Amino acid sequence: MTESVVTVKGIEQTNAYSRTIRFDWDAEASPGQFVMVWAPGMEEIPLSLSSVGDEKAITFKVIGDDTRFLGDLKEGDRIRVRGPYGNGYDLSAERILVVGGGIGIAPLLPVLKAKRVDAVFAARDAAEVSYADPIGEELCGKHWICTDDGSMGEHCNAVQMVSKVLETEGYDMVIACGPEVMLFFLLKLLNEKGMRCQMSLERYMKCGAGVCGACMIDEHRVCRDGPVFTGEQISRMTEFGTGCRDACGTFVSFR
Amino acid sequence: MGSLRVSIGSVRLDRPGMVASGIMDETGASMIRMLRSGAGAVVSKSVGSVPKPGHPNPNFTETVGGCVNAMGLPNPGIDAFGEEMRTAVSEGPIVGSVFGASPEEFAMLADRMEDYGACAVELNLSCPHAQGYGMELGTDPKVVAGIVSAVSDAVSVPVWVKLTPNTHILTQIASAAESAGADAIVAINTLKAMVIVPEFAKPLMSNKTCGLSGRCIKPVGVRAVWDLHKAVSIPIVGVGGIEDHRDALEYIMAGASAFQVGTGVLTRGPEVFADINAGLESFMEEHGYPDIRSMVGVAND
Ligand SMILES: Cc1cc2nc3c(=O)[nH]c(=O)nc-3n(C[C@H](O)[C@H](O)[C@H](O)COP(=O)(O)OP(=O)(O)OC[C@H]3O[C@@H](n4cnc5c(N)ncnc54)[C@H](O)[C@@H]3O)c2cc1C
Ligand SMILES: Cc1cc2nc3c(=O)[nH]c(=O)nc-3n(C[C@H](O)[C@H](O)[C@H](O)COP(=O)(O)O)c2cc1C
Ligand code: FES
Repeated sequence: MTESVVTVKGIEQTNAYSRTIRFDWDAEASPGQFVMVWAPGMEEIPLSLSSVGDEKAITFKVIGDDTRFLGDLKEGDRIRVRGPYGNGYDLSAERILVVGGGIGIAPLLPVLKAKRVDAVFAARDAAEVSYADPIGEELCGKHWICTDDGSMGEHCNAVQMVSKVLETEGYDMVIACGPEVMLFFLLKLLNEKGMRCQMSLERYMKCGAGVCGACMIDEHRVCRDGPVFTGEQISRMTEFGTGCRDACGTFVSFR
Repeated sequence: MGSLRVSIGSVRLDRPGMVASGIMDETGASMIRMLRSGAGAVVSKSVGSVPKPGHPNPNFTETVGGCVNAMGLPNPGIDAFGEEMRTAVSEGPIVGSVFGASPEEFAMLADRMEDYGACAVELNLSCPHAQGYGMELGTDPKVVAGIVSAVSDAVSVPVWVKLTPNTHILTQIASAAESAGADAIVAINTLKAMVIVPEFAKPLMSNKTCGLSGRCIKPVGVRAVWDLHKAVSIPIVGVGGIEDHRDALEYIMAGASAFQVGTGVLTRGPEVFADINAGLESFMEEHGYPDIRSMVGVAND
């Protein structure tokens, strides 16, 4: 891990809901890893790297105070990053299907850059997903788009889309990132089909480095043992899809 | 082969290393994982009366030779923690760490930990970054004595007192704790510290100050245990910067009957305990020590 104060090289509107900040940072990183990001005026938060070369990027959905703060930054402003943390994806499988849901598409871009594979991009509406179409054209073998409201691509959710794709295509690994409900039902589908997968999980993070125990899901530290876990690991997690720990460490049920 | 068994007063452990409070010990499942990794016991996260989120992020960063934190004692509160304890105690020894603002609060929390099955209670009188708690109480011998005697009256399990190195009267505080009925001294907690980000001309931590841990504090901890070994006759548990068996041996030879590992879990992973155990066994074999006890305090002779 390294920590640096980096300069915002560019900040762009990724889609209707998200922004991307680019910065030069020579830390070595692999697809699926994340950084802890901070500047005075915000709380430090975990964000996945959406680009892992010498020019790095973070892409985030503006949902609260800290992502709004980051979204309002201008070229030339500074942020402190520490990391990269976590294990990243294992890309050794031959035929990989990538499945990104909503903001979960962005952290998968480094996977697509590292290896030419197929992808499903799922989102609420066209405004959230249209940016991914040219990326799919450029980087993927085949790619499919679906939206909850039918405004672009197939009118269905990510899991239904994957199910449809699997009728005609064969893969030996699925790599997925997105909301936990999506991952939950996707894992169910893949287990039924006996397919292997890796999924990136999220939990509330403090140290990000594997020492404080804030981000536990069952006996796993999401920040250090993950955030990418295998389907076998996730299938044994009792807290996956059922609840998470808040900042106090209290278990909060999802329903 | 030499035995790894140790006794800290009446607490007997199969292995000499414990997980220090605040490190992967907030949930039942994580405590079980650490016991299975080769820890002799787990000291729980310090728990208070009510749920507490702790200080906002940033509250942690790596530094040269260690790390700093200003977690601010986040915990789910003693009621909710019962569930985590019940899960963990079936798997091995758990020391219940508690923090409070008064003798009565400490006594109540310790009593609850005993009910939950803790093999001992550890009083956190040493956190450097929680106002009104920890070090603010733990640097006054009279206050320490009051808390320790209230807890000793309330529980029948051993009472361990965790002290701060951020004082010039460490041995007086320890003696006060011993006279008040403490069964062991745990030393050290983190060193009060600060990190400033030059580009922002501001402290990094939301709490401004923080506590330094890891290898860089080991010589401070070893010296503290050395001084304590001369000052008190109750057992001492050494903690601060232990990452391998030679680090642990420094504490043992300074006078510690057992030790705890915190930041070492970050730098070496949960495997740190298995590695230390193996290292201690081969060291004892090579140097002709039959057990851990035969090495305790030998550097003083
Ligand atoms: C490993 C990891 C990688 C992530 N990668 C991305 C990414 O690439 N793009 C993206 O948009 N989001 C990502 N997130 C989620 C992101 O951290 C939250 O959206 C962000 O913290 C929200 O902060 P806020 O102040 O804007 O919103 P708030 O209103 O503070 O919080 C909204 C929600 O964000 C989550 N959150 C807040 N603080 C934290 C924290 N310290 N740790 C974890 N979750 C938190 C909680 O679920 C909370 O309910 C990632 C999370 C993790 C754990
Ligand atoms: C992230 C973190 C959280 C901690 N939380 C607590 C705590 O709740 N109670 C406590 O008594 N000590 C706490 N400590 C201090 C450790 O238990 C230990 O005394 C200190 O870190 C020195 O040991 P080490 O160098 O092996 O980490 C914490 C330390 C760290 C790094
Ligand atoms: S956030 Fe501290 S262990 Fe994961």
